[in-house]
Amino acid sequence: MPTKINFTLNGEKFQKDVEDNWTLLYLLREKMGLIGTKEGCGSGECGACTVVVDGKAVNACIYLSPEINNREVITIEGLSNKNGDLNYIQQSFIDNGGIQCGFCTPGMIMSSKALLDEINDPTVENIKHALSGNICRCTGYSQIIDSVIAAKTYKKQNQ
Amino acid sequence: MSQFSYLTPKTIEEAISMYFEKSDKKSIYMAGGTDVLLKIKEGKFSPNRIISLKHVMEHNTIKIDPETGNLIIGAFVTHRELETSNLIRQKYKIIHDAAKNIGSIQIRNVATVGGNLVNAVPSADSAIPLITLDSFVRVMGRQGQRNIDLIDFFVAPGRTLLKSGEILLDIIIPKPPSFTAGAYKKFTRRAAMELPIVGIGITVSLERNSNICNKVRICLGVAGPTPMRALNAENFLIGKVITEALLNEAGCLASSESKVRDSIRGKLWHRKELIKVFVKRMGMLAIERIKLQKS
Repeated sequence: MPTKINFTLNGEKFQKDVEDNWTLLYLLREKMGLIGTKEGCGSGECGACTVVVDGKAVNACIYLSPEINNREVITIEGLSNKNGDLNYIQQSFIDNGGIQCGFCTPGMIMSSKALLDEINDPTVENIKHALSGNICRCTGYSQIIDSVIAAKTYKKQNQ
Repeated sequence: MSQFSYLTPKTIEEAISMYFEKSDKKSIYMAGGTDVLLKIKEGKFSPNRIISLKHVMEHNTIKIDPETGNLIIGAFVTHRELETSNLIRQKYKIIHDAAKNIGSIQIRNVATVGGNLVNAVPSADSAIPLITLDSFVRVMGRQGQRNIDLIDFFVAPGRTLLKSGEILLDIIIPKPPSFTAGAYKKFTRRAAMELPIVGIGITVSLERNSNICNKVRICLGVAGPTPMRALNAENFLIGKVITEALLNEAGCLASSESKVRDSIRGKLWHRKELIKVFVKRMGMLAIERIKLQKS
């Protein structure tokens, strides 16, 4: 049964008819063309589908689309500005080698965003805790953690 | 995923009447949905209706009842809310010990305390600290409300005393006596995104200005089909001056009365050893936490 929902996606307001059994991930990728958010395990283990709903990181693969009614969703596509300038976290991941194959990167960056929006100056422990639901099979995590540490300075420079 | 309709009742009463509206037994309540949706995806069941409890604006806070001093955790409080609550972090450290290690932040932002209890999988360890605090749950169904001690709530893996159509509303933690603290250890192979090989929780109450134990609860997770109290170990400690050596003996008793077994996540002998060691270590940590409260 379709449900009519209103939501904000990456700053833009939308009204959509969604099937009740669509996951948020399905809505984003298959119906809205936002393929930056990845499907890894499809069961909330790997974090590749992480998006931010009302300021909180969630797994879009086990989140029903009708639940975003009246909520604000941010995906990886929402981080850069209209000119295509990258957000400071994205830039930091590039500069510090936080990316190898790139599949986990959108999820890693969205988890990092939720962390850096909440805590201005996270410790390495905070960072590891925040990223513990995101799996990377390439980097061994060191460069990713370095990227988030460096992002803190980028953030200060931006402010 | 199979087809279903998604219902959003605004009150508990409305949710219950939706549940009984159809008699096909194909309705299911859902709070966070991190377990329910997985089961649907895996084809373990295919409901016709999901009755979401996310829009019920009650039973979603953590508060102290001003009259009784009891702690009331709403069933729809998320694990993340529990983890970041100052009240829990400062006064109920044993609950914080467990909350911060459930799933990932993404899961904890969505998954609820009530959902974890209702699911009743042996490895769901949020119940263990709550049992050491003598918690009970308040549930509501068509016949009204009733209370169930949390230790009795679990019947078998995946089964609780909840009757068809009943909803868990709150978890109530009676005000602990003075000089009480606890600690919980979830033993896992890796640091995150893991289910416990075994879980050990202990809450100790000491007499004023002494190390004499006048109340203790030891609860073990994944040590049997449902959470179990180590009663022999508890009885052994009552009235005695708590020392590391004494806790070591209590650990041995708890280990031998546990019903651990071999499974894919751990071996029987390993689980027995872990219980021995961590009853002692968590007991010592609890005593340390009591000392910190005094100063």
